[in-house]
Amino acid sequence: MVKKRKAFTGAQCTAEAMRQINPDVVAAYPITPQTNIMHAFSQFVADGDVDTEFITVESEHSAMSACVGSSAAGARTMTATSANGLALMWEIVYIAASTRLPIVMNIVNRALSGPINIHCDHSDSMGCRDSGWIQIYSENGEEAYENTIMAMRIAEHTDVLLPVMVCQDGFITSHCVETVELLDDETVKNFIGEYVGHYPLLDVDKPVTYGPLDLFDYYFEHKRQQVDAMQNSVKVIREVFDEFGKITGKHYDFFEGYRLEDAEKVIVCANSSAGTIRVVIDELREQGQKVGLLKMRVFRPWLNDMVVEKLRGVKAVAVLDRSDSFGAFGGPLFSEIRSSFHEETEKPNIIDYIYGLGGRELDIAQIKKVFAELEEVKTNVGERVRYLGVRE
Amino acid sequence: MSKDIFEIRFHGRGGQGAKTAAALLAEASIEQGKYVQSFPEYGAERQGAPVKAFTRISDNPIYLHSGITNPNVVVVLDQTLLKSIPVTEGLGDDGLLIINTNQSIDEVKSLVNFNGKIIVIDAVKIALEELGRAVTNTAMLGVVEKATNCVDYETLKTHMLKHFEHNLGKDLAEKNVKAFERAYNEVQI
Repeated sequence: MVKKRKAFTGAQCTAEAMRQINPDVVAAYPITPQTNIMHAFSQFVADGDVDTEFITVESEHSAMSACVGSSAAGARTMTATSANGLALMWEIVYIAASTRLPIVMNIVNRALSGPINIHCDHSDSMGCRDSGWIQIYSENGEEAYENTIMAMRIAEHTDVLLPVMVCQDGFITSHCVETVELLDDETVKNFIGEYVGHYPLLDVDKPVTYGPLDLFDYYFEHKRQQVDAMQNSVKVIREVFDEFGKITGKHYDFFEGYRLEDAEKVIVCANSSAGTIRVVIDELREQGQKVGLLKMRVFRPWLNDMVVEKLRGVKAVAVLDRSDSFGAFGGPLFSEIRSSFHEETEKPNIIDYIYGLGGRELDIAQIKKVFAELEEVKTNVGERVRYLGVRE
Repeated sequence: MSKDIFEIRFHGRGGQGAKTAAALLAEASIEQGKYVQSFPEYGAERQGAPVKAFTRISDNPIYLHSGITNPNVVVVLDQTLLKSIPVTEGLGDDGLLIINTNQSIDEVKSLVNFNGKIIVIDAVKIALEELGRAVTNTAMLGVVEKATNCVDYETLKTHMLKHFEHNLGKDLAEKNVKAFERAYNEVQI
């Protein structure tokens, strides 16, 4: 296995993963900041570097519809979108999951309108957390690349057969040129293997029906099977992470701790903020502060037990949510973390910070402020849901 | 912030190549085994609007994903920005300010609030003579290279040539390299 060192944006990394996966069908519609992925990938198609049937459609609703059709037909299928594009797909996003189609979709996280905004937050992917898709988050371009390759294996595993979203931060990751290490084509090809469609629509010798009417007689049972598939995916995700780790030497998990051993104050977050927080942790650790980070890689399926295990002994936790849930008690990540501790007798004081909406920068000063406030939270929770970096 | 990361901020206007300059520097640096980041600040994307682009270069992996607030070097591609944009924001007195202007250092000093080292160059003149267009990014990279030597000269030149050959064709690629070389040789440090 040869690793290639490149100066690539997150979008280029994703397109490179798609080139190496060489899917049978890609259907997509341009939307900032996702466009750069399909811009690069369509060049691969035009240059004959992939065998992909690239379907340019007239909307994201059609993009996901074409993906559903092609995946049901037995083709390895991928797409990508952002924000309002994902919102327009909505109806078919649910159908892809409930039809058990192993589509891999890259989400370049962007704020949902309105007001219109092209920059990063997680309101798009968090908004479809109940759609039945597996969701994997990426700190940087290299992780977006790796997660995309692993996502293909997870989605297509016969115990799973669910679509997977791989998320990266719009602009911050998608448009940032960074030093990345990528695998050679042969390694990726061997890792993902040949795809054989499950109950393909085009197998005329074994005719099947997709998407029939399913009323009170069987709908509930099919939903229950979806729950089982999501549950099965836990084991599969672990196996795929482990197998990939043997190749890259990097061991990924649902949640990854940084300097958690004796940490008293911990931030939980997803995507690119993790890197900046790690830099602050190193600085505060040098000053003797017991601080740490828990980075979420997999949001769906959610692992209660692992969260509790990782945060055991911590006194104060700040969850950083890059999306709000209007009318709820805190953001989506906070709700999950807090509920994971419900049955525990020993638990940290947990607070939530809504931050970074519409691309508002998370800087070092803000992260230091969070750790400073956690000092008080250790003994006195105070306001549970707070807002970071907003003018009030 | 620890300064084992070398940070540059480019100020330009949409279409002047600030983003490309920042990226070229990063891409050339990784050929020398460095770790890099390069990213533009996107607002409303349109020709002529003020834009910023950033480059980070380090011997070690870079985990920061926040913007650059305290750069080592600020490069201004368009002198008209001096009146409207606080280009020296976060630039310490030990920092370096490089400006494309036909004005003298003293004239520039009256426009910016900065006590550190200032380098001026008439990059528009070089760009017009070499490229026939007032696109100054490659000439400004010549000055950055001369003043900081943040990446190997030949590596940057070769990478630049390769990049522009692919995007603009051989003729414009060679002209851009010429602008880079001229600025490198002509600038008064």
